[in-house]
Amino acid sequence: MSIEVRIPTILRPYTKDQKTVEAEGTTLALIVSHLDTQYPGMGERLLEDGALRRFINIYINDEDVRFLGGLDAAIKDGDSITILPAVAGG
Amino acid sequence: MTLEISRTMVEAILEQSRAEYPDECCGVILGPIGSGKAVRHKPMINAAHSPTFYEFDPKDLLKLYREVDDNDEEIVVIYHSHTETEAYPSRTDIAYAGEPGAHYVLVSTRKEIATTPEFRSYRIVDGVVTEEPVTILD
Repeated sequence: MSIEVRIPTILRPYTKDQKTVEAEGTTLALIVSHLDTQYPGMGERLLEDGALRRFINIYINDEDVRFLGGLDAAIKDGDSITILPAVAGG
Repeated sequence: MTLEISRTMVEAILEQSRAEYPDECCGVILGPIGSGKAVRHKPMINAAHSPTFYEFDPKDLLKLYREVDDNDEEIVVIYHSHTETEAYPSRTDIAYAGEPGAHYVLVSTRKEIATTPEFRSYRIVDGVVTEEPVTILD
């Protein structure tokens, strides 16, 4: 089961500038792990101490994964994942 | 690289910063993809509703990026206001800056300089801040 993942500009150096990549996994944690295997270093940009980083937003289809169980969120065939850095500051 | 921006947009951003004071205000200016031109002003809601922090609501953020993609646009400017400090990127601004291709515009509503509004633009790439000239087009 291959899931489409949209990569933001700031992470495209890891994906050789690809805007969209494929990853496999039935949970978000597995998807992130598979992304990191294919594109080493990406995992660290998404996770901190094993949890999703506060200022990285990940969506499954149109829903923020924070409302879907975070890393435990279930991924099913046909889902699409979007990663976006928060636009935030002080 | 110089930011070229219309006086109307500069005035609108400064007005928004005054209207939302004492909270920080924020928004973007979009342009046709690859053009680098600041064409379409889109104020955003500061979901943090704070005098010291701003954040686009995650739902608004997704909608914004979808809209930008659908319209073949890019985010040319990301702006926010500082309420009581200089219009210079703060440590958190630098830490969270996620669009290396955008002009990061800072305005300030601090009172002592109200006669000459601060409107400044920066690139923030890999933690390095570079101020750039702003040309206001009439």
